[in-house]
Amino acid sequence: MAVLRPLDKLPTLNSGVLLLVGSDEALQQKLAEAILLERKDFSINIHLATSLPLPSERDHLRPRIDLVVFMIDIKSKYSLKNVETSLAHVDASFFLGKVCFLVTGVGRVNACSIETNAICKLGEAYCSPVLFCELELEGIRVATAQRLLRMLQICAGHIPGVSALSFVSLMRNSHDD
Amino acid sequence: MAEAPEDGATRTLPSLRRLSRALPFGRTHGRLGVSPSGRPFVSALCSQEDVDPQKTAFLLRKAWALYSVTPLYRLRRARLRDYARLLSAFIAAERHRGLAVEVGAELDIRVELSSLAELRGSELDQAALLVQLSSRSQGSSKNSEDKLVWWGCFCSVFGDELSENTPEDFTSLPLFLSHGADRYTALVGTWFQKTFDCCFRRLAISPQNLSWMVAMWAGCKLDRAASAVELVFSVPRLAQPLDISYAIHPEDAKALWDTVQKTPGEITQKEVDVFMDCLYAHFHRHFKIHLSAAKLVKVSTVVASAHCDGIVKILHSQYLPGVLMLLTELAISQIQ
Repeated sequence: MAVLRPLDKLPTLNSGVLLLVGSDEALQQKLAEAILLERKDFSINIHLATSLPLPSERDHLRPRIDLVVFMIDIKSKYSLKNVETSLAHVDASFFLGKVCFLVTGVGRVNACSIETNAICKLGEAYCSPVLFCELELEGIRVATAQRLLRMLQICAGHIPGVSALSFVSLMRNSHDD
Repeated sequence: MAEAPEDGATRTLPSLRRLSRALPFGRTHGRLGVSPSGRPFVSALCSQEDVDPQKTAFLLRKAWALYSVTPLYRLRRARLRDYARLLSAFIAAERHRGLAVEVGAELDIRVELSSLAELRGSELDQAALLVQLSSRSQGSSKNSEDKLVWWGCFCSVFGDELSENTPEDFTSLPLFLSHGADRYTALVGTWFQKTFDCCFRRLAISPQNLSWMVAMWAGCKLDRAASAVELVFSVPRLAQPLDISYAIHPEDAKALWDTVQKTPGEITQKEVDVFMDCLYAHFHRHFKIHLSAAKLVKVSTVVASAHCDGIVKILHSQYLPGVLMLLTELAISQIQ
């Protein structure tokens, strides 16, 4: 079974690998381009996928993945279902801060097909942060790209003293409050 | 077909016609609301005694545009005649200014404001306020009948959530329905906003709320031959806009809902999700199209039909209070 594992490959020097999983390819492309435009001091590889598992033929060519971002479009129930089925193909140790849920399309409240409660429950169940954004607006797209870049830096181990586990502990604190 | 996690869902998919019909007891409506999913919604009975069918018959079979209205300041029921006079003067003045000019004969607009005490949920609700615009052509004879050209109705059906919190001097009638030409709606809206310091906002209905409506109304007890349950989807981001219309036999839809719903009189978000997932899965099996990725824009059942732009048509007088209660709740959640 092709399950994504966080530590089954050796890392490459001074680089970070981001995997975007979501049913909307055009939006993924936009976000990936926004991330690549940001100023950074390490090389980034962004992989785009519509669902997991990733095709196993190219598995040996794929680098180690540092951060997986699941994109859910609030206007499409299908994207939520897609993410839910893809989550089964991610190893449990990935959920120690290396997974994040990105909810897009929140600018249009009147077009929402998914209950935000369901998404927050998903985030709690998988112990991963949930970010809300509207990628159609450039300002927010740039801000989201910056946030994801920062998270990727931490997950790839480029920030000394801060590891991906800190995301999990940050989430735990605010939940208990 | 393995997408739906609930047992109920997998049980119903193979063939909708093999399902047994549910017990024929009356369906009461669950409440829409911004409550967390999984919590059962306590239903409110649609009491028929409060609503006299004759007085409220004008609401049926008309396409109403929906608005949410903030509480009205210092609305005095005794002064309704004065208000009517002021409003008709306002409309006439706007006409002379060049707005709302109708091509053709000069029409005289007469305004009538009345209170409709029958149109409310409980004693805690304010009586509804009805505005009617009628025209009498100046060219025709004196005995000609007035022709009703525009209706507007402010109402609140079980809108306790809002009326509890409104201070003195404010009348809480959060739901506004209008039928007729848009220019009259704009004129009446402007006048009310200026006179009573309230705010009108178009009430759009999200696809999530539309799926609630179809799940509730499809499960209603049918006492006569009913029209099909129809869902209209629009597919985003294509070169040519594509609309998909999915029609379901009302008996099948009701049978499906009856197997999904666990407790009569209560509806949860989970049940609505399962119901919709069954319909989507059935469609996918035949046409290989994921309707869950499209946008639900319109739902039509024998009880009522609703469009996401905030247009509603109520067809069945028995369920009129129930539908208005839902719409009131939507209006209140938009105001707050």
